[in-house]
Amino acid sequence: MTSAQANLEASPFLEIKGLVKEYTSGNPILKGIDITINEPGIIAIIGPSGTGKSTLLRCINRLIDPTAGQIIFDQADLCKAKGQQLRKLRRQVGMVFQEYNLVERLTVIENVLTGRLGYMSAWQAWRRKFSREDIDTAFELLDAVGLTEHAKKRADSLSGGQRQRVGIARAVMQDPRVLLADEPTSSLDPKTAVEIMELLEGFSMQKNIPALVNIHDVSLASRFAKRVIGMSEGVIVYDGSPSDITDEHLKQIYGGESWLV
Amino acid sequence: MARLDVSATELRKNPFKRNWLVTGAWVALASYMVFSFSAMGLSWERIRLGLGIAGKLMDRMFPPNFSRWELLSSGLAESMEIAIIASVVGIFLSLFFGLFAARNLMPNWVTVPMRGFIALCRTFHPVIIAILFVKSVGFGALAGILTLIVASVGFIAKLFAEAIEEISLKQVEAIRATGAGFLSIILFSVMPQVFSRFIGFSTYQLDSNLRNSTMVGMVGAGGLGGTLFSAFQRFDYDFVAAILITIIALIMLGEVLSNVVRKIFK
Repeated sequence: MTSAQANLEASPFLEIKGLVKEYTSGNPILKGIDITINEPGIIAIIGPSGTGKSTLLRCINRLIDPTAGQIIFDQADLCKAKGQQLRKLRRQVGMVFQEYNLVERLTVIENVLTGRLGYMSAWQAWRRKFSREDIDTAFELLDAVGLTEHAKKRADSLSGGQRQRVGIARAVMQDPRVLLADEPTSSLDPKTAVEIMELLEGFSMQKNIPALVNIHDVSLASRFAKRVIGMSEGVIVYDGSPSDITDEHLKQIYGGESWLV
Repeated sequence: MARLDVSATELRKNPFKRNWLVTGAWVALASYMVFSFSAMGLSWERIRLGLGIAGKLMDRMFPPNFSRWELLSSGLAESMEIAIIASVVGIFLSLFFGLFAARNLMPNWVTVPMRGFIALCRTFHPVIIAILFVKSVGFGALAGILTLIVASVGFIAKLFAEAIEEISLKQVEAIRATGAGFLSIILFSVMPQVFSRFIGFSTYQLDSNLRNSTMVGMVGAGGLGGTLFSAFQRFDYDFVAAILITIIALIMLGEVLSNVVRKIFK
């Protein structure tokens, strides 16, 4: 192990300090979030709808600009990054979306390759000059998610589960140092949902990176996550191992108890 | 409650109640038509006389005279050149103007002036623009080309902008999340969503430019229109017929071509 790698191991993957987001001033949706991520693997963020889980993930790759706080990633503060620097940080953060967000009219392989756009100039992008290496990687990723024979199909001809596989391949194509997944299984049937979680877990272990996954399904979260973060009304109310979650915690996170059988 | 009951029973009696406002509007329109015909002296007598003259014109137009085909073909070639150059340049400019006018991708301080400019391009009929260009850059094809570029921008830049405003921002968000720069985002998430519609608008504009390129010549801006105008003035009606048939052929050819292009880019 070189000393640079040793340094990397020592510093956390991601450090969020006092993150606040207000859409309208005086009405924060995130009320000071602190998360330090040292370990690879799936970290599930659970909580009711509208509690700011999506906002939290979108603050991390700056699709949304946070109001206050720090997000330390790759020795830089993401919250302060601008222009070129922001894009360079962003390309190391892979994102998987609830509704897949594939470019519908592009083919599957083109969608996977868009994961490399952050590494290319617009001039290269215009001429579709993806490197041989990138193209080979894209096909390997399609093999890994089991869509090899669909490579030339248009993305809008795929089923939901297949689309999400493409979405994951696109995110991994970025060669990310952290994966974000915003409700990646909410639009899918239970069996496909498990397969998608297995893919996310597999890639995060293979790449040795953390994957922050927003998820509604507590049992799915407990099954795959090494760590669960429970959010309620913009604050973290639980942060620990999935095996330590009690009904008390769930009541605190989601409110009520009639849904707990 | 009581009032509601009354109107409810009325509704039950006759659900198709006469709307006196609408009836009044129809009557007003009919009376205005009658008034206008009489004000302009458009009697049956005048119409019958007119049809007689039209008959004589038709007699002189047929058979069409293609003997001056060299003049005809050079005019035709010039019209096509005007139309194609103006379409290519106009569409190219409209791509950028349309993008700058799209309110979902650009800030207000860019879109508002851009939309104003596009609206200005669309304000005047091409004949008026053609006259302005003939006066400012002189007789000939250049004036025609500039006229049709302005007309193209006024029309398709607006349609491009509207197409861009209807795209799904989810796809844009996903490409933004990969760390792509602005131009790459446009190329890989906006263009794929609007490209086939752009092709549709562009072929429509080419069609329209072909038609208009035969008109701008009437005011001296080059092309077949000039030939047509002088043939009219010299009462060479058989040559006029030849020119008109050529124009019909040109427009039909344009129609076929745009269908082919649309099929290719479907």
